[in-house]
Amino acid sequence: MNAAGFPLLSLITWLPLVGGLVILAVRGDEDTVASNARWTALWTSLIVFALSVVLWVRFDPAEPGFQFVESATWLPQWGITYKLGVDGISVLFVLLSTVLTPICILASWDAIRVRVREYMLAFLILETMMVGMFAAMDFVVFYMFFEGVLIPMYLIIGVWGGPRRVYAAIKFFLYTLAGSVLMLLALLAMWYQAGTTDIPTLLHTQFPASMQTWLFLAFLASFAVKVPMWPVHTWLPDAHVEAPTAGSVILAGVLLKMGGYGFLRFSLPMLPLASAHLAPLMYALSVIAVIYTSFVAFAQTDMKKLIAYSSVAHMGVVTIGIFTANAQGISGAMFQMLSHGIVSAALFLCVGVVYDRIHTREIARYGGLADRMPAYAFVFMVFTMASIGLPGTSGFVGEFLVLVGAFRVNFWLALLGSLGMILGAAYALWLYRRIIFGRITRDDLRGILDLSPREVAVFAPLVVLTIWMGVYPSSFSQFWDATVGTIVVHNQAALHLTTTLAAANP
Amino acid sequence: MMMHWTTALPEIALACCGMAILLLGALTPRDTFRIASMLTIGAFLLAAMLVIAGPAGLAYHDQFVVDAFAGFIKLLVLAGSALAVVASLDYNEHENLRRFEFPVLLLFATVGMMVMASAANLMTLYVGLELQSLSIYVLAAFARDQLRSAEAGLKYFVLGALASGLLLYGISLVYGFSGTMQFDRLAAALTDPAHVSPGLVVGIVFVVAGLAFKVSAVPFHMWTPDVYEGAPTPVTLLMGTSPKVAAMALLVRAMATPFGHLLASWQQLIVLVAIASVLLGALAAIGQHNIKRLMAYSSIGHMGYVLIGLAAGTAVGIRGVLLYLLTYVFMNAGTFAVILAMRRRGEMTEEIADLSGLGRRDPAMALWMTVFMFSMAGIPPFSGFWAKYFIFTAAVQSGLWLLAVIGVLTSVIGAYYYIRIIKVMYFDAPGEPFDPRPASLSLLAAGSGLFTTLFFVIPAPFVGAAEAAARVLFR
Repeated sequence: MNAAGFPLLSLITWLPLVGGLVILAVRGDEDTVASNARWTALWTSLIVFALSVVLWVRFDPAEPGFQFVESATWLPQWGITYKLGVDGISVLFVLLSTVLTPICILASWDAIRVRVREYMLAFLILETMMVGMFAAMDFVVFYMFFEGVLIPMYLIIGVWGGPRRVYAAIKFFLYTLAGSVLMLLALLAMWYQAGTTDIPTLLHTQFPASMQTWLFLAFLASFAVKVPMWPVHTWLPDAHVEAPTAGSVILAGVLLKMGGYGFLRFSLPMLPLASAHLAPLMYALSVIAVIYTSFVAFAQTDMKKLIAYSSVAHMGVVTIGIFTANAQGISGAMFQMLSHGIVSAALFLCVGVVYDRIHTREIARYGGLADRMPAYAFVFMVFTMASIGLPGTSGFVGEFLVLVGAFRVNFWLALLGSLGMILGAAYALWLYRRIIFGRITRDDLRGILDLSPREVAVFAPLVVLTIWMGVYPSSFSQFWDATVGTIVVHNQAALHLTTTLAAANP
Repeated sequence: MMMHWTTALPEIALACCGMAILLLGALTPRDTFRIASMLTIGAFLLAAMLVIAGPAGLAYHDQFVVDAFAGFIKLLVLAGSALAVVASLDYNEHENLRRFEFPVLLLFATVGMMVMASAANLMTLYVGLELQSLSIYVLAAFARDQLRSAEAGLKYFVLGALASGLLLYGISLVYGFSGTMQFDRLAAALTDPAHVSPGLVVGIVFVVAGLAFKVSAVPFHMWTPDVYEGAPTPVTLLMGTSPKVAAMALLVRAMATPFGHLLASWQQLIVLVAIASVLLGALAAIGQHNIKRLMAYSSIGHMGYVLIGLAAGTAVGIRGVLLYLLTYVFMNAGTFAVILAMRRRGEMTEEIADLSGLGRRDPAMALWMTVFMFSMAGIPPFSGFWAKYFIFTAAVQSGLWLLAVIGVLTSVIGAYYYIRIIKVMYFDAPGEPFDPRPASLSLLAAGSGLFTTLFFVIPAPFVGAAEAAARVLFR
């Protein structure tokens, strides 16, 4: 618990915003401002990361409930409190956000040359929103951060994006907003039923079965867009292709996880009946996503688009895992989300490396990079293998656990889910082969430079994390084992209760 | 019965100030626009203090009521009018409208609105409404040398007179079928909805129609885009703030107090009007390229959301209405501050495209505009989100699911044109820069922007005040 009474989570949440205000206050000519903005943003995000490491160290994995809880009155008449806390599910997502933000800022160091001040400001605001969302223990606080994310992300895609950035930014914004507002209605309905928006209380509130279905569908509208699930995934390839590299990294690394986190935080534990009832629907959508988008990924000629579609497929595995509602499946989904957060972020960074040098993302324009860029080829290989799910990398653990969980539910579900792994291996290896191997045919590729020290600094932590998660997964999974255990028990108890009630009153 | 004339002290004081400023302007040969404006703001401050300090209760043979609801509305109206005066300072100098009558008319309009807020009788209601309307007709046509302004004034006058006629007809029907115009006696007479004659319901429909015109709700919205576009921009700002607040307050009080027991009769009507307004506000604004017209459609949509709160017919709904109006006044004033700053080589520009690249030309102004647009789109953490939150809370609580779902979906459609403005400001290449903006507009934008941004930090006092105000209608 938060023994010292020190508001650590609030500090982690709001400190980036303070850094942002500092950046706003910088005066001088454009180069000075840009340089100051970069360094301020980097140091702010590093300090935030250091603080979140304290969270990691002091977190007690044996305790299934919320820790580091802090609350302040906000709207007492409405039962709305400013309440922050982390449990086993959210603590590592907070860390994921705080790890990726400094990496993004480093990755944009040279790539972003115009309006650097605003760019860094947007990233710091984004960090506040992400951390606040994962740390929120009140639904309204959650919603505020959940939708607040749209503001910086819209600007990041729209201002610093590629040629079709306006279309992509508006599509991203409207898709996500349309889902979120339906969740807002669900939120209000829950508030009306329970009289509070306190998440721990809502977790133990029994909602009537018919209401659960509607609430579930409203949540689905919001989280399915975020994950994204088939068929509402179409904003993702556009947003990824047009966003600047760091924007794609955050989008794939953290923003997609907001959907999975939402399912795990709200849909599954709060609406156990509807989750069980509608699980076949979720399986169907997920399996379609896994298989269909894998095939679509094959057909891509743009590197970022290929990785974007692979993200949809990987997140499909996550949603299968969550709705198996058993310990292996959920644990696997958690692992897959974290792993995907690292790996897909790293893959987008890999694309960014060559894009910064050649200024194209056409797969056909590349080939034979292994000769000129051995370090890059190695890094890219590590992440491709992790994306495929090679044992010993982070990708394997998550997919394996999800498939074990799926086997306990249905053989065919597991079989179709594992099809995604095979297809994933095919397109990822194909991408790797076309870019890294072969013969150099283009003149500009002959002079291409290998990773700079700054880029090594960007990739090193991600490589370490990928291997660490693959070799010693329990150092991560121990964080959520207790919490996931309570979710499963609670879920089964709720289902059991209804079946006994139904048996008692035929 | 003793006459508590002091209950109307704020209105009396404000009217006296108005006449004094009028005399000053008429008797001084020098140009008195600026001093008259300053005195008007001072008079608003004085009136606000009197509203806060003044006693509550009924007066003037129960025709005039002062309660927490009236107090809330009056303060909001005074704030909105004061913002409009600030906005007019620079504009009127440039557009050759520097006449002392401008603030004085605005002041008398405000007196009318305050009377509307305190109406406890259909006649008081009508008198307040007419004082307000007549002043604003003149204000809309204030730039009389410009065809657009004259047209706006005339159009507003003709259609406004029609609405007043409808209202008056409705009042006479209500009086004819119930025998009283007094709100509390009407409420007592209508306790049992089964004994209500159809004629009375027809009367209520006319009253609603007349008031719906004033809040520019669909299908009585036709005047809004033209008048918004044609009227001098500070007047447009004014029309979006205090008169809307006052008219909505009237509608709320009329529906909640005398006709409160007939909820079932008028709820359907308000629901339909609300749905039509949010739909039209969202869809019709998409094609607009003139920012004042866009704001007109946006205001139609926002009034639709406010009506959702009224349709709920509960204290929670009215609280939502009040909070929505509160946040809307500041969002709207701030947006118009930015629009007023769109001046190139001394000429006003009104095209959305003129904002292109504002993010690079004038980052501060673009930032505030972004805040207002996101807020109007209902994106947290800005105040516009909270307004929608409180409105939809009421709708959900009253089981108006269809209304709630349509409301949130149209808010997504509406978000499109708000974020399109942000797109123009940040994503497009910079156009020709605007003239340096005057301090008054910077102050207006920054003040409204700070309110909009920081509302979420301490919403509790505002929510508490709105709650206290809403509860008096449901005793």
